[in-house]
Amino acid sequence: MSTRRLSMQGAIGHIGTILVTLLGLLVLTFIIGRMMPADPVRAMVGEDATRETYEQVFRSLGLDRPLWEQFFYYLGDVLTGNFGTSIRTGQPVIQDILHVMPATIELATFAILIGAGIGVPMGVIAAVNKDRWLDHVVRVLSLFGHSMPIFWTGMIALIVLYAKLDLVGGSGRMDQFYIGLVPETTGFLLIDSLLAGEMDVFWSAVNHLILPAALLGYSSSAYITRMTRSFMLDQLGQEYITTARVKGLSNRQTVWRHAFGNIRVQLVTIVALAYGSLLEGAVLIETVFAWPGFGQYLTSNLIIGDMNAVMTCVLIVGVIFIALNLLSDVLYRLFDPRTR
Amino acid sequence: MTSSILEVENLHIRYGGAATDAVRGVSFTLGRERLGIVGESGSGKSTVGRGLLRLLPSAKITADKLRFEDVDLLSLSEDQMLGVRGRRMSMILQDPKFSLNPIRKVGDQVAETYLRHFKCSRQDAREKAVAMLEAVKIRDPERVCEQYPHEISGGMGQRVMIAMMLLADPDVVIADEPTSALDVTVRLQVLNILDSLVRDRGIGLIMISHDLNLVRNFCDRVLIMYAGRVVETLAARDLDKAQHPYTRGLLAAQPRIGGTRAPLAVLDRRPEWLEEVSR
Repeated sequence: MSTRRLSMQGAIGHIGTILVTLLGLLVLTFIIGRMMPADPVRAMVGEDATRETYEQVFRSLGLDRPLWEQFFYYLGDVLTGNFGTSIRTGQPVIQDILHVMPATIELATFAILIGAGIGVPMGVIAAVNKDRWLDHVVRVLSLFGHSMPIFWTGMIALIVLYAKLDLVGGSGRMDQFYIGLVPETTGFLLIDSLLAGEMDVFWSAVNHLILPAALLGYSSSAYITRMTRSFMLDQLGQEYITTARVKGLSNRQTVWRHAFGNIRVQLVTIVALAYGSLLEGAVLIETVFAWPGFGQYLTSNLIIGDMNAVMTCVLIVGVIFIALNLLSDVLYRLFDPRTR
Repeated sequence: MTSSILEVENLHIRYGGAATDAVRGVSFTLGRERLGIVGESGSGKSTVGRGLLRLLPSAKITADKLRFEDVDLLSLSEDQMLGVRGRRMSMILQDPKFSLNPIRKVGDQVAETYLRHFKCSRQDAREKAVAMLEAVKIRDPERVCEQYPHEISGGMGQRVMIAMMLLADPDVVIADEPTSALDVTVRLQVLNILDSLVRDRGIGLIMISHDLNLVRNFCDRVLIMYAGRVVETLAARDLDKAQHPYTRGLLAAQPRIGGTRAPLAVLDRRPEWLEEVSR
């Protein structure tokens, strides 16, 4: 009874924290929008508009109002789903973003699956074989992943694996030949092509996805490996590991049945954060691979000063991180009985 | 002693990277009795216990003889050693707060010992675990099985530990300071449970401790260790008649209820004891 009441309070407290964080995030994006050294009115009316036109647009955007009033307008707009219109495309910003986001989600998801799929086992292996040759190999590999500039590895990989060996697809999300063949239902090319029953397009998409995802995955696996190794070493020094060994469990059983369960909570946190930064967009990889994703979209709008777009992008990144934090909180409760 | 279960002769243990041996030429035999090993922190008493189970991956262990029943512990492969640990020789660790896996249910952890060594269903192992928890005087064992280690008290945790380590019916149990993490009030209770189980099952017990009174009351024989060596071996009831000046020093450094209020003797440690060989 009392524990249930406690967890109810916990849930309410949780939602409260999220709301406060969201409000803070909105204040931040609003300030970024107003502080940016770009003139939204000039961007809209053009360089050679008359003074009257300029003033008229200035007023119509509400920029003559006091700042706090402007903030409430902004708040109202966001709450009603109005994120403004992009100056560049003339379309609602949210529509543009919904168009680029699936490409990034596809890339980031595959990348994190590869990154965690390689990084976690490598980290465990390194910890179990601490200071032996296997540990050194893993550490050198992860150091490479950490320190090689991804645009460079991207280009080299494209030259070798695509141009010379023709093992994978080149830039873009699919071969030129297939563009426009599949109707955009969800925006996720892999799903759309399956829905349309176009297996050729699906395989082409996989072929194009695999290289950038592998490169991003490798680079995030470097971090995941190092963290997994240190979490694991920490657990292997604990007394319950001795207990498991005294029972007669082998090293492998001790590691996977006892130690691994105790690092899951920490792993969830770092993998979620790594996933978050991948969703934020990998501008360099997206540029090298001509991947029409979120990172490219954000960067290009930042450069031309399309403020509605930038503010909304920042807002989305913030919401992604809040959501991932929420997810890892939920997983904590699942994985660690002490937090229930 | 012909009925000895464990025979140790000239045991040396050196940790990887260390300049000297942590255990230097320890010899003893163990029958179906309760043997205490007493010494200060760092005297090597715990190292002996862990060395017998070969739980020190980085350490180098040598001995003229390390016989356990019919096997030579030193010549066993790691695979064969897995069949000895938990099944024929096990160890009770100090603090249940750290020695139980925090994220697994108590019942699963206890049953795991049985599942590891006997071919049986999960259900059978579970029943064995419940029966064993009953044997260590846990009321409502079915409920405790479903609890996590942080939900039970220290005394109960240590009884769970005892159950876990006695479940596969080993011949030798090493208890490494089994009560020093417990409240004084539950110490005696836990020790009595351990004592009666060990007697009933004819288990050879090695009790590692720094508590002279505990060893006096719960052991048949006592080894006194100093700086990696055994300096004196005596029957527990003769502890007060100890000859060695180090043992006498340990005894003198103990406070006594109703004793004088004079400052206690300070432990004397002489370098010549370092090289002395007992017996």
